[in-house]
Amino acid sequence: MNEAVKGAPSVKEGRVKDLIVDSIKHNTKQYTMFIALIAIWLTFTFLTDSVFLTARNLSNLFVQTVTTAILAIGMVLIIVAGHIDLSVGSVLGFAGAVCAMLMIKLEWGVVPSVLTTLLVGLAIGTWHGFWVAYRKVPAFIVSLASMLAFRGLIIGITGGQTQGLEMAPEGAANSFKLIGQGYLPTISAAAEGRVHDTSLYCSVAVIALFVASGLRKRAARLKYGFTVLPLKLEILRLAFLSAIIGTFAMIMVMYLGIPWSVVLVLALAVLFSFIAGNTKFGRHLYAIGGNPEAAKLSGINIPRRTLALWMIMGVMTAVAGIVYTARLNAATTSAGQNAELDAIAAAVIGGTSLLGGEGTIFGAVIGALVMASLDNGMSLMNLDITFQYVIKGLILLLAVWVDMAQRKK
Amino acid sequence: MDDFILEMKGIGKEFPGVKALENVNFQVRRGEIHALVGENGAGKSTLMKILSGLYPYGTYGGDVVFDGQVQKFTGTRDSEKAGVAIIYQELALVKHMTIAENIYLGDEICRVKGWIDWNETYQRTAKVLKEVGLKLSPAALVIDIGVGSQQLVEIAKALSKDAKLLILDEPTAALTETETDNLLQILGSLQQKGVTCIYISHRLNEVMRIADRITVLRDGRTICTDEKASMTVDRMIHNMVGRELTNMYPRKERPVGDTVLEVKNWTVRDPVTDDVVCDDMSFKARKGEILGIAGLMGAGRTELVMSLFGVWGKRQSGEVWLEGKKLANHGAIDAISAGISLVSEDRKRYGLVLGMDVKENSTLASLDRISKLGIINKNEEIKSAGRYVKELRTKTPSLEQPVRNLSGGNQQKVVIAKWLLTRPKVLFLDEPTRGIDVGAKVEIYNIMNGLVDQGVCVVMISSELPEVLGMSDRILVVHEGRITGDLPRAEATEEKVMHCATSGS
Repeated sequence: MNEAVKGAPSVKEGRVKDLIVDSIKHNTKQYTMFIALIAIWLTFTFLTDSVFLTARNLSNLFVQTVTTAILAIGMVLIIVAGHIDLSVGSVLGFAGAVCAMLMIKLEWGVVPSVLTTLLVGLAIGTWHGFWVAYRKVPAFIVSLASMLAFRGLIIGITGGQTQGLEMAPEGAANSFKLIGQGYLPTISAAAEGRVHDTSLYCSVAVIALFVASGLRKRAARLKYGFTVLPLKLEILRLAFLSAIIGTFAMIMVMYLGIPWSVVLVLALAVLFSFIAGNTKFGRHLYAIGGNPEAAKLSGINIPRRTLALWMIMGVMTAVAGIVYTARLNAATTSAGQNAELDAIAAAVIGGTSLLGGEGTIFGAVIGALVMASLDNGMSLMNLDITFQYVIKGLILLLAVWVDMAQRKK
Repeated sequence: MDDFILEMKGIGKEFPGVKALENVNFQVRRGEIHALVGENGAGKSTLMKILSGLYPYGTYGGDVVFDGQVQKFTGTRDSEKAGVAIIYQELALVKHMTIAENIYLGDEICRVKGWIDWNETYQRTAKVLKEVGLKLSPAALVIDIGVGSQQLVEIAKALSKDAKLLILDEPTAALTETETDNLLQILGSLQQKGVTCIYISHRLNEVMRIADRITVLRDGRTICTDEKASMTVDRMIHNMVGRELTNMYPRKERPVGDTVLEVKNWTVRDPVTDDVVCDDMSFKARKGEILGIAGLMGAGRTELVMSLFGVWGKRQSGEVWLEGKKLANHGAIDAISAGISLVSEDRKRYGLVLGMDVKENSTLASLDRISKLGIINKNEEIKSAGRYVKELRTKTPSLEQPVRNLSGGNQQKVVIAKWLLTRPKVLFLDEPTRGIDVGAKVEIYNIMNGLVDQGVCVVMISSELPEVLGMSDRILVVHEGRITGDLPRAEATEEKVMHCATSGS
């Protein structure tokens, strides 16, 4: 065999190896987070005699993650732009209470109640945005003020009592419940109770879409003449990621199907990942958080972007409030207490830098899953509530320390 | 036999994948001022970090012999104790503390443990301030004194610790000519008192003025150490870049075109102090020329361009005309869309988002051009950023490299790329070559020439006289907020410019 022939494949392999090493280097954070999540799951599986890993429990876990995940998605953008929002817990409770009271006291239907609640969220976000962007009051203070004020307003509009949604007209109450507790319906009667057909079809469709978009991206890069993964490797990559998505989907399909609230979170996560990574608005937020002076000199309208950001956060909080209330089937005065801390912790565990300019939506969702897994697992173990708080606190501390240590390297 | 206070023998230092230093020998005689020169990335800072203990003993090869003993510093505390004091380019003073507090920060004078003895502190501070020729109260806040004075406070701080060896890293980068003169004089007088000094600078004329001996580093190796008498600026440059720079300032003769930018009666006040910083300034800039703006630090040059760009100051009066149209300005957004760009003086503060990568920084000011409905076409982004990496010869491993990891010269090229992507008609360059090495400077000059050839009107602020004189077709001189000179290239000399810049007539 001559030298050239021997050399050729090794050169190509070298390139492939470089690409893989590169991708691992670029995504260390995502990988560590994922590994941490798996480690937590395995620990709980072991500690709970495998109860943790049942389809039923995992499916519940995903539902429990929803509110924190929605808040964390918004929180990432807030933190990336160099702010913080401490009010989301109280505003979540307030929005939920508004929605519940509209349905109970005014006997409104689900759609007008939900839309009005979203508008209320938008208004609260605008209020915050105005003070932060145009009056230059630090977000910490603006949101701290709202944290107090809205906790009070919750008591005001609920009269200090838990308002159960069974007091609302029955039709509306039932469909509202679906937002928090419902699953994708099953169409074919034969499949009833065994396989959840729509959920299955939806999962397959999502995976197909995912693969198609991956291949389209590759084709676009090829058209521009940029380097791409070799086709075989690209297929391997897509297959691997599809398998992960598939596993998650199957867990839910095997239980009661995919919950509507999980569909909502996934849709929001995809939407906001796109906003963060592919839009001018998203890019501007990262620039503002990374270096506000350079952003200003680059012609970025910082106040306007900041206002829009806070408006979005307001709406996201309202969404979380609606889902939370629907899951509980009631508005309570303590709804959303400490939710801001869970959301911030989720974002930070997910690799968002509190200094601004850095963070991913995907990471925050995983972070929310970590936080919810801790709650879920420790409850399954019947661990004393004292330790639950302590352990969650310590895990947050540990996660940020690992992140800092990695950064230094 | 020479009396060496410091001998660094056979120093080697490796970072993953890079040999930063290789068999470097560096000897400093007791009582001399020894200049250390070399391009950015030549290994000067690495060498000094080894000396200061920032890279602890054991992480490098070779020996550091200080005061006759092989030293095994494990941290900056050790080296400080031995008598080595480093003053970095970016000053490490706490702005809202007084001079005295700063000088004794971390080393407070206490009679009882933990209780600061303020009388003694102020008294001793007054003494060291006198040594460095500063006529300031020890109780003055650092934020209220100029950069030049801050530099001297740093030196005073070093002296207060009985430093035997003073290392100054680019001490004059932010100083005016007078401040520089003053600093060099004080270094001279400290030398009389027996202080040894290592002087790191890109300003080779200063080096020639002050140094006794000069060591040149290149690519992590010692190229030569020589007495000043046997060294010239040209030879230094030759040794630094490893090639002859036949023409430091590659200016070209060009026909001058129509007026592109006209500024009329520009008066601006400082938003904080309400002082008039730009006082009734009027000037024109034409197509096909490089307009240089000279003047001392604080004369109002940066304020002029920042206010023209619409990001600074309270506008009192004045108009900006661009290609015969009056600009409704202001705000960076209007300026950019009208065709004005500003490469600002402090690239880390105003130019770059350090955590973002090369491509994201490059396109930050021109996202409109590659977006539809607010959605960025990422492939177009790579294309436009990649084009300027190639055109400006930016050295970066990839477009995805965070700009934090690039050298000063390459960072500057990324900033320039960012503004070129906005397709400006007028490009303001504020100190475009500050803190970057000789080779990169020439490249920046060539880029400027290229732009002028393409019809961009380039306005360059510079504090380095040879640069202004070498590159400009016309020179405006600013003194205390007024334009005191408008000299065509043929008439401009260093003396004339300095005259306008100092006396204002």
